[in-house]
Amino acid sequence: MTIFFIQVLNSLFYASVLFLIAAGLSLIFGVMRIVNMAHGALYGIGAFVTAWLVGRAVAFGVAPVWLFLLIPVGAGVVALIGLVIEPLLLRRFYRRAEEYQLLVTFGLLLILEDAVRFIWGGLPLTADALMDAVPSVHVGGLVYPGYNIVVIGVGALAAIALWAVIYRTKFGIMLRATSQDRRMAAALGINVSAVYVSAFAIGCFMAGLGGAIIVPSQAAVLGMGINALVLAFVVVVIGGLGSLQGALVGALIVSFVRTLGIQFFPEIELAVLYLIAALVLLVKPTGLFGNA
Amino acid sequence: MKADTPIVSQRPELPLAAVAVVVLIALALVPQVVDLYQTQLLTYGLIAAIAALGFNLLLGYTGLLSFGHSAFFGIGAYTIAFLLRYLNIHSMELYLAIGLVVVALTSVLFGYICVRHTRIFFGILTLALSQVLYSLALKLFWVTGGTDGLRVARPSLLFGLITFSGAGSFQRFIQTYYYYVLALFAVSVVILWVIVHSPFGKALQAIRDNETRAAFLGLRIRRFRLIAFTISGTFTGLAGILWAPLNGLATPDVLYWTFSGEIVFTALLGGFRSFAGPIVGGIVFTYLKTYAVATTEYWQALLGAVLVLLVILLPTGIVGALSQLAAKITSKAKS
Amino acid sequence: MTVLLQTIDLRKQFGETRACDGVNFVVHQGEFLSLVGSNGAGKTSLVNLISGQLKPDSGTILFEGNDITSATVSERIRAGIARSFQIVNLFDGMTVFDNVTLSIFSRQGKATHMAALASHDSAVRDEALEVLGQFGLREKSGIVGGELAQGERKLLDVAIAYSLRPKLLFLDEPTSGVSTRDKAQIMDTVSGIVRAGSVTAVIIEHDMDVVFRYSDRIVMMHEGSFLADGTPEEIKANKDVANILLGAPLSA
Repeated sequence: MTIFFIQVLNSLFYASVLFLIAAGLSLIFGVMRIVNMAHGALYGIGAFVTAWLVGRAVAFGVAPVWLFLLIPVGAGVVALIGLVIEPLLLRRFYRRAEEYQLLVTFGLLLILEDAVRFIWGGLPLTADALMDAVPSVHVGGLVYPGYNIVVIGVGALAAIALWAVIYRTKFGIMLRATSQDRRMAAALGINVSAVYVSAFAIGCFMAGLGGAIIVPSQAAVLGMGINALVLAFVVVVIGGLGSLQGALVGALIVSFVRTLGIQFFPEIELAVLYLIAALVLLVKPTGLFGNA
Repeated sequence: MKADTPIVSQRPELPLAAVAVVVLIALALVPQVVDLYQTQLLTYGLIAAIAALGFNLLLGYTGLLSFGHSAFFGIGAYTIAFLLRYLNIHSMELYLAIGLVVVALTSVLFGYICVRHTRIFFGILTLALSQVLYSLALKLFWVTGGTDGLRVARPSLLFGLITFSGAGSFQRFIQTYYYYVLALFAVSVVILWVIVHSPFGKALQAIRDNETRAAFLGLRIRRFRLIAFTISGTFTGLAGILWAPLNGLATPDVLYWTFSGEIVFTALLGGFRSFAGPIVGGIVFTYLKTYAVATTEYWQALLGAVLVLLVILLPTGIVGALSQLAAKITSKAKS
Repeated sequence: MTVLLQTIDLRKQFGETRACDGVNFVVHQGEFLSLVGSNGAGKTSLVNLISGQLKPDSGTILFEGNDITSATVSERIRAGIARSFQIVNLFDGMTVFDNVTLSIFSRQGKATHMAALASHDSAVRDEALEVLGQFGLREKSGIVGGELAQGERKLLDVAIAYSLRPKLLFLDEPTSGVSTRDKAQIMDTVSGIVRAGSVTAVIIEHDMDVVFRYSDRIVMMHEGSFLADGTPEEIKANKDVANILLGAPLSA
């Protein structure tokens, strides 16, 4: 029974991370109709930047409590990258065929993956200090990392915060208006370019945050981005591209199935997930909550 | 036919055939004038051209951008490795016969899953499927050799007539295999050219350009896309089959997503809106990559950067740019 | 006269607007029918429902006695329905010639043939040139669709639909944006085909001269339902119709 509860916690932990990545992808698509192939790489960069910052801070003797501030910093760095990418690369392709957008973001993916290798080399980077900073909790008779609970909390907070921004703020209204009808929004006086860049930056921030909060638990390794992209994709396929609820529900489903899969069929975990995505697509091609 | 029959030429393909024959003869003479290494490199180039041609049937002519074509190339390569290791088959013809069936079946299966979806989903769906195969190749290492891959020995050609063992066999293999690949390359080019100019090819382009109207012509869109997908995957798989004996090893990197990226790149480099573009792209890319890999460890980033630049500056690729240039020159000559 | 197409209580609503409000539409074999009415009356929606682009909220569509209500667009085309479009819908990247030959290939079930060159099929080529001749586009065969003049694009749109040799042909405002000379040519060609008994035609039209001169029967739609249905003489005598056309209120 305790093991079951531990697995539930693990699933929620992973779901939080997946939600962040998928929600970012979905937000960008919902507002800008772009699928950012490099989204996974941004998640990876979030992980590497945060792990590196933590490493430096520990070397400087910074107390563990302050290390937590590095998580939003890591995410912030990724958001900054997004602020550079959007005007520089993506903006010129909004009017062109979809294929070109996909190709450009794919090229970006190749560049970013190698950039990570160039900056941090091929070895994994860890941020154990953060993990150790949170005391373990007792679940039943077993010991469970308290840090994972923190992550679950962050995930939940992020979901609420995102929902609040989108549905309860003026900016959120502009976001939704632009995503529904870009020209109309512009005609109403909304600065569409600013909305686009903001949406992209927020999406990147979320991907970076996903990487930042997972790295204390799981080392940052090369190729983590592409795995994350594939999983995030399964999440948005199940949940529906462009939907916040969809990202949440999808993340939960994928995470729980993955935990089950690892328990019983470790070799084919990805294939099982894929099968579920395929089944959902057969029944409801736009995903559970999708409107693409 | 009336005397004022409009500009619909009866046999537009004759001058083209003449050019193709000249090119083929030139290619056939290559091994006589260059060294072994260059012959081997050009063989890889022709293989890349076949893979790109297959890929471009889907992109250029059907309008579907796949990021997962490494799946077919890799399945082709691994099938050969399995045939050698588990069934002790050494005949290239058997490799081709069985291998083509396997890649065709894989293409149909993947195609069936993928073509039901919109363009955005389609791209990542293909990527995800190829990643599933990649992870299987890694995880089931006792079958696939994991990261070490599986060895592929030199097969016998022409139903065992030509074998390669003993002294000087490497040179003989490279020389002979070049012609084998060249022959299959020529056959592939002809088959794909006919397909593209057939009623099926026209229907495909119509679906690409105006899906609504194509449906209003009574065309079953999904079926056409599935057929195109299958043919596309099969030709890319053929490239994988030809690649394995040359490389001597079947490794997971040809299933990895970056390899799919290379295939996409070759089509874009050569120009995906023309028939010959992928051929040019495949061959040129092979030389570029060899140079890039020798120069820098971060050639992947270089590939990505050039891809982005291509999309921005030269979206019609080499062939497109050349034909635009030719058009400018001929119009200047006229004026 | 045999009934070719019949809709039973067809309904389609867009929010508050009732595009089709329980429409019972009957088309007889060999008829040349004009569907008229002011903008927003529901004419295009009705055609979209019949051709399969829209799904009805409720109701049935029967074609040659078969229920096609849940059939896909391409299934309906293969059953013998075809249409042209109000906003011209061509394959702009292909030549005029290829646009028409593709229609013929599709009709003949040859669209999946990949072992022979399209340009080598002389029977199809001859038929395409004949059709293009009927529509006055023969000289433009080699020109790419996107480069034609607007009137020619309209003609090509109709030619593509006609090349399917449908049993029922819907033409959505075939003369809008077209010069007077072309109007006469299109209408003469189309009415010629109908008179020969092979194609039944339903035309959405605003030009009442065209409507009165060529139609066997006129159906007028207003706010999603049929206001009047009869021969040109009957319609001319109908006061409600006159009021709609002139903008006066309907009789109670």
